[in-house]
Amino acid sequence: MASETKGNWWIWKVFWILLFITAFEVALGMIKPPFLVDTIFLGTKLLNHIFIILTIIKAAYIILEFMHLGHEKKSLKWTVLLPAMVLVPYLLFIILSEGVHSYLMI
Amino acid sequence: MDEALIKDHKPAWKGGDLPYKASYGKLMMWFFLITDTLTFSAFLASYGFSRFKYQDSWPVPEDVFTHFPFLHGDHPLLFVALMTFILIMSSVTMVLAVNYGHKMQKNKVILWLVLTIIGGSMFLGSQAWEWGHFIHGDKGAVVTNGSSSYSINDSLFVNSNLAHVFKDGHMYSIDNLSEGNHHDSAHSDDIDFDNFISAFASEKDLNLRLSDKTILDHDVAVEYLKERGLRTIKGADLYENEYGHTLFGDYFFFITGFHGFHVFSGVVLLIILLVNVIKDTYARRGHYEMVEKIGLYWHFVDLVWVFVFTFFYLV
Repeated sequence: MASETKGNWWIWKVFWILLFITAFEVALGMIKPPFLVDTIFLGTKLLNHIFIILTIIKAAYIILEFMHLGHEKKSLKWTVLLPAMVLVPYLLFIILSEGVHSYLMI
Repeated sequence: MDEALIKDHKPAWKGGDLPYKASYGKLMMWFFLITDTLTFSAFLASYGFSRFKYQDSWPVPEDVFTHFPFLHGDHPLLFVALMTFILIMSSVTMVLAVNYGHKMQKNKVILWLVLTIIGGSMFLGSQAWEWGHFIHGDKGAVVTNGSSSYSINDSLFVNSNLAHVFKDGHMYSIDNLSEGNHHDSAHSDDIDFDNFISAFASEKDLNLRLSDKTILDHDVAVEYLKERGLRTIKGADLYENEYGHTLFGDYFFFITGFHGFHVFSGVVLLIILLVNVIKDTYARRGHYEMVEKIGLYWHFVDLVWVFVFTFFYLV
């Protein structure tokens, strides 16, 4: 494993990235820029899309760096990532569109 | 060796290869985490379903999670931001423990494991505080009979089964109107409620916000309370809560509870790990891979929180 000889600097780099993204999210959540709140895209506020994208970036750093998956063998990487990358968006698509549909039916 | 496995007088596969270049234990931890990912995805997806379905009576998160220990006033997001920071920090200390495990430096592993355990415990304490606040309640609300739409003064209102008292655009505590006599925090009786209505009627600058976020002017609000109001409510349980739709409280307890249980399990695993590191179990074994495996679980707990933070508190 290559990381055995690596120092600790990369850990703190990831830490600062995660901290910065979280602080940015909290600031956005407190300020709520009207432009981002009022623009509706794909059924929800633009602000929410930004939150979701930032969350996925944070998740990627945790999985690939902290959990070291980015440095594992390619086959292991995809064994872990593919089920989630296929099933979760599928589940969300089905369930959330049904949620909107059942709202319209009340 | 089974005869069928032997080709050219050599065994076809005698084990020992690591196709994934990862040990059995690490692979099994990864597979467990995949299943756990799907479990949490299902929880959050069903949360999303209910939120879309009951969007008219779903609370605004900023109205719900506004408190910070020892600070007065409304501080939306601040406390969960602190909890997120604590958990990210404990993830960092965990990676450092794993890193020193690779280098076989026992004392550094102990140091960072202890800090991770402290971080995890702080997170659990924060969550307990948050739950306490959620259960105990904050501003309170009025439970109304919202089975059908109805009209007052020729204006039509949609159904609503919860209403919040508002003053100058801010939520106003019902404690100010009911002389603080909540023996039973969730239910108060009819006489109390009549007193509540007259107290509400006497303060002309009070409005009522229905659960679909429409604001009723004072006079209409008094009419609404007399006609539709049933009782006041404070706090939350699994049947109802002061914040909005019942399912909001249920999902809060269920999802943050399930995540908190993961954190708790993680802290227990870390303590067992720490004892074994101190007892030189892994030094004798020749590697600190167990730190890495528990570390994977711990980072997963952080990962789940990142999503819970977004979908429960931000979105």
